[in-house]
Amino acid sequence: MSHPTKQFKNPVLNWIEYRLPIFSLIDNSVGSGYPTPKNLSYWWNFGSLAGFVLVIMIATGILLAMQYTPHETMAFSSVEHIMRDVNWGWLIRYLHMNGGSMFFILVYIHVFRGVYYGSHKKPRELLWIIGVIILFIMIITAFLGYVLPWGQMSYWGATVITSMLSAVPVVGDDLTIWLWGGFTVDNPTLNRFFSLHYLLPFTILGLVILHVWALHEHKSNNPLGIDVQGPQDTIPFHPYYTVKDLFGVGVFLIFYLYFVFFAPNFFGEPDNYIPANPLLTPPHIVPEWYFLPFYAILRAFTVDIWGITAKLQGVVAMVMAVLLLAALPWLDGSRVRSMSFRPRSRIFFWTFVANCIFLGYLGGQVAEEPYVILGKISTAYYFAYLLIILPFVSRTEDVDEVPESISAAVSKQ
Amino acid sequence: MKTIRTTAIAAALILGVASGAQAATDAKEPETRDWTFNGVFGYYDEAQLRRGFQVFKDICNACHGLDYIAYRNLQAIGYTEDEVKAIAAEFEVRSGPDEDGEELNEDGDFLTRPALPFDKFNNPYPNENAAKAANGGSLPPDLSLINKARIGGANYTAALLLGYPEEMPEDAHIPDDKHYNDYFPGNAIGMPQMLFDEVVEYEDETIPMTAEQYAVDVTAFLQWAAEPELEERKSLGVVVMVFLFVLTWLFYKVKQQVWRDVH
Amino acid sequence: MADTASTAPEMSGDDGNRRDFLLNATIGVSAVGTLAAIWPFIDFLSPSADVLALATTEVDISGVDLGMAITIQWQGKPVFVRHRTAEEIETAVADDAAELRDPQADADRVQNPDWLIVIGICTHLGCIPQGQKPGEPRGEWGGWFCPCHGSHYDTSGRIRKGPAPLNLAVPPYEFLSDDTVKIG
Repeated sequence: MSHPTKQFKNPVLNWIEYRLPIFSLIDNSVGSGYPTPKNLSYWWNFGSLAGFVLVIMIATGILLAMQYTPHETMAFSSVEHIMRDVNWGWLIRYLHMNGGSMFFILVYIHVFRGVYYGSHKKPRELLWIIGVIILFIMIITAFLGYVLPWGQMSYWGATVITSMLSAVPVVGDDLTIWLWGGFTVDNPTLNRFFSLHYLLPFTILGLVILHVWALHEHKSNNPLGIDVQGPQDTIPFHPYYTVKDLFGVGVFLIFYLYFVFFAPNFFGEPDNYIPANPLLTPPHIVPEWYFLPFYAILRAFTVDIWGITAKLQGVVAMVMAVLLLAALPWLDGSRVRSMSFRPRSRIFFWTFVANCIFLGYLGGQVAEEPYVILGKISTAYYFAYLLIILPFVSRTEDVDEVPESISAAVSKQ
Repeated sequence: MKTIRTTAIAAALILGVASGAQAATDAKEPETRDWTFNGVFGYYDEAQLRRGFQVFKDICNACHGLDYIAYRNLQAIGYTEDEVKAIAAEFEVRSGPDEDGEELNEDGDFLTRPALPFDKFNNPYPNENAAKAANGGSLPPDLSLINKARIGGANYTAALLLGYPEEMPEDAHIPDDKHYNDYFPGNAIGMPQMLFDEVVEYEDETIPMTAEQYAVDVTAFLQWAAEPELEERKSLGVVVMVFLFVLTWLFYKVKQQVWRDVH
Repeated sequence: MADTASTAPEMSGDDGNRRDFLLNATIGVSAVGTLAAIWPFIDFLSPSADVLALATTEVDISGVDLGMAITIQWQGKPVFVRHRTAEEIETAVADDAAELRDPQADADRVQNPDWLIVIGICTHLGCIPQGQKPGEPRGEWGGWFCPCHGSHYDTSGRIRKGPAPLNLAVPPYEFLSDDTVKIG
């Protein structure tokens, strides 16, 4: 960064800026010094909204940790203590609980937006990969957090998910015991999960900073997917996008707080209000809704092939379902970023979105026909889209005419 | 168009969850009742909660605890401080070590004292094993969170309490120490029918002393026990929503102003 | 940020005024909302309802014989309740005239002269003085003696000798009946 120190009327600000150019940093990040494509749609609101929720999650989480006790005999009642006796405890907890669901809604939309508009394509590959890592750590963090209230779903969810590690050949069982710190999910497990659940959000925060840094290097992609050619294509971030983001925050808060105040347990499971009982499994274990598509993929593998157990196949497939996204910049070989100009890709993309939602539906069903076979088909499409359809279609389809520049497209409207 | 798509995705995600939550059982679906605490403007009818407490204390508390509620919490449903003290004093709790550090009396029993408002509700059994032993192996669940911990919530609780038909279906096979219930998953429940007409004496003569009324009242009380914050939450929620609509509208107007020259 | 040059398009005349009004209204409403939203986060840290429920303690003093004392817990602190003998009361009153480090009349320290109720924490560095149980040292003035640094308190709980700067504090309390005291 060259040294574009700003000049202020206020001498105190000048004194600080001269020594630590924080004001120009802010200005160049989210201020008038950050040129942004002038044609960003509301789909570009979801990144800042996710950041907003991350802050809410950390703030409420830090408070909850002050009243929460990570111990098998006290965890459940300490959560009830927060809900009943601590001032505003119910509000802080419900904000945190529903904030998790909101975080995933926002991030999933953010991811799909990136796929649709080719935001992962050159030169933003690393920006995208950091995003995929954030998603992966988010999934782990959410899982760890769900264990903390130590209700029936917490306990059995933890048991089922951690048991996946036992699918690892040779060392699987030892690995699982290492993860548990015991022979079942128990007090040591709860303690380490609490510790990690507190740590990982800060890792996410660090990655988000990298994510935003990478974003600022080549600036935002845009719905046309074409590069910014000059000042006529951009507007300053502030006030244009600050106010647009704030409007987004308002709309989002209405959605979010509706659940917090009027349906706080909508995304939850009644069973998690029963204290954990290691001797009694609830009849129908389901993960949180945001894991359901992955859960369906996990369950889609039922036959051992070439000596590889179905269990291992399912676990690997589930992990790959997330990690494979990191390869998207190369799987999508189109010379045009935005699917607005790629009619065939568009069809398969929306089928992919619908398929993900359908996988989520299947993940919530009992493991019986017809859900098992539907789960297999749906899982097959998930991977076929990423590994076959997208690489092939993106390289062969006829693309529509792409506008010359952002400003030309905007003025045409 | 794009907004419609967003909404559709959100709706689909949510529907996926809602349908996923349904578990298959052979129990009947409880009927939906019109509770005062339903909806955005939901509230508790304190008189009803006090009647429900009376039913809880006289009937349910014989086997069920209410571990997360303290006697002092009863002030929230309209009992005065002195009434709460009197209610608490009906029960004995373990007093803990005396001045000499003794926890047991000469007979080896725990020292007790009358309960005080800050004590948690009396649990009828000293521990889970004692509770099971006294109930033919079934553990009467703690009722503090029962309405939150069951699919169907208050509707389910009320239906279950009344769900003992005079004649059980001929094809039902219920073990000797269990009872037939229409709404209980699997139909074989440890709890016998407990609510009958006129088993609890209400002070207010305008309220019918029927099993139906008792069930509704005690369920409302249990809803309060599970969600004591409900009234505060919903009423604050209404204020917050109104505020957010105004704020979002303002953001929208400012956004339009700022963007006017770009469009 | 207010001082940074805005590249926002300039407005003029009535239009500019309307925009200013809208902007100010929005900033004002957001500020109110933000402040209101912060409050639950601050208040979360205040003592919770179960802690506040223990803010007052009722004590049955009918079993405390003349000359004896009991220690009870109030807000996590030891409170000394001593049933004073006529002799102890007499000395305490007589010593009102003595040279005191923290002058206070006995009458100002008790509601009922028979009962002295003080917080049992030495005002020097927070130890719990001895003298509650028979056989424990009560110091040169027959009240309490703090073994940590040798502070002596009299039968009114006043500091008479040693490093403590103040008399033993009197908690707020009231007699609900002859036998019951509510502390707090």
